[in-house]
Amino acid sequence: MSRQHTPLWEVFVRARRGLAHTHVGSLHAPDAELALHNARDLYTRRQEGVSIWVVPASAITASSPDEKDAFFDPAADKVYRHPTFYEVPDGVAHL
Amino acid sequence: MYGNDFPGEDPPGGLLGEVEAAEVALRAAAARDRGAAEPGGDLAAYFAEVVDADQKIEPRDWMPEAYRRTLIRQIAQHAHSEIIGMQPEGNWISRAPSLKRKAILLAKVQDEAGHGLYLYAAAETLGVSRDELVDLLLSGRQKYSSIFNYPTLSWADVGAIGWLVDGAAIVNQVPLCRCSYGPYARAMIRVCKEESFHQRQGYEILHTLAHGTPAQKAMAQDSVDRWWYPSLAMFGPPDGDSTHSAQSMAWKIKRFSNDELRQRFVDMCVGQAEALGLRIPDPELRWNDDRQAYDFTQPDYDELMQVINGNGPCNRQRMEHRRRAHREGAWVREAATAYAAKRAEKEKVAA
Ligand SMILES: [Fe+2]
Ligand SMILES: [Fe+2]
Repeated sequence: MSRQHTPLWEVFVRARRGLAHTHVGSLHAPDAELALHNARDLYTRRQEGVSIWVVPASAITASSPDEKDAFFDPAADKVYRHPTFYEVPDGVAHL
Repeated sequence: MYGNDFPGEDPPGGLLGEVEAAEVALRAAAARDRGAAEPGGDLAAYFAEVVDADQKIEPRDWMPEAYRRTLIRQIAQHAHSEIIGMQPEGNWISRAPSLKRKAILLAKVQDEAGHGLYLYAAAETLGVSRDELVDLLLSGRQKYSSIFNYPTLSWADVGAIGWLVDGAAIVNQVPLCRCSYGPYARAMIRVCKEESFHQRQGYEILHTLAHGTPAQKAMAQDSVDRWWYPSLAMFGPPDGDSTHSAQSMAWKIKRFSNDELRQRFVDMCVGQAEALGLRIPDPELRWNDDRQAYDFTQPDYDELMQVINGNGPCNRQRMEHRRRAHREGAWVREAATAYAAKRAEKEKVAA
């Protein structure tokens, strides 16, 4: 594919003073500044936060008991995976 | 969770209460500790145990391929619906009758864009890329909800959409807050909280019109007449014809059948229509004491199939508009990427 993927960012929001930043979701943006703008518009439209962090998903090293097990496909180490399996039958009518 | 509690909100009841309950259940399920799958253990059995215990499957857990594919299709089509769903109402932003209504409608349409983005992000956790998802929509290989292929002919339609279309969406989506796939369940909790505001703003528009001049009331009635049956069709084909239902239920992706949800929606709407002073356009609508539910006329499922197959009043217009918007936004995406690359280069030189 000739197109370049716009990087994925993970978004963390501090809901109120005194609370830790919490992961709220992710978004795509070309750079940190736009990621921050987009995060504000996407995740804090209703005063859900007083502070936002954005982190490039590719910079995150993940580790948790479930994720470390050897029988998981090594490809699962990537936060942002690309599919090889995916095919949608034409005329899918599921709403 | 997201901690998006809204200041000034009434104590929750009804659907909002159900969303709250789903959120509590999600936390409770998370608190019931479950160890990792045994190394070399039976992954399918572990998956089944987690689902049976009403706990959540997370992105990097093992899952059956068909479960993954079903979720990708469902979440993606849900996301596409939110994005295409901006068009019928967007059509009225510049013609809203007051600055207040315009500001509210703008915020509502912006929310729908947000819903689309939460859902695309949830689908991406299953291993599909955003670009692919966008392609699937633009190439017509994946569908969006047929309801958005109907035109918005009057301002009252903005009210009817909020009340009936967002209302039907909420009835469909509240059970999804308990879906077995964690990212989808969490996205739906967030979406449902916002949807209830959409429904209320639509209801308020209709209420104002229905208590206005005779011409305004007639306009409100006309739009309820046009949106009622398409809204009932939003729950999909009747249970006998629904192909994916049984497996989705077993996986706890779906919790209720199409017909159960449709019935729930009708039962909710009757009282709401009475309070509006508007008539639901169904001469067969009446309380059935035995069933403790309303009898009603089914929507025209042949029409639904026609619209799904591309022959609704606005299918072409909606797709053309989306393709054009995507095309016309290309230079913005390219410029932003070029700017990011240039800045990254400068920082590298400076470092
Ligand atoms: Fe929505
Ligand atoms: Fe909505």
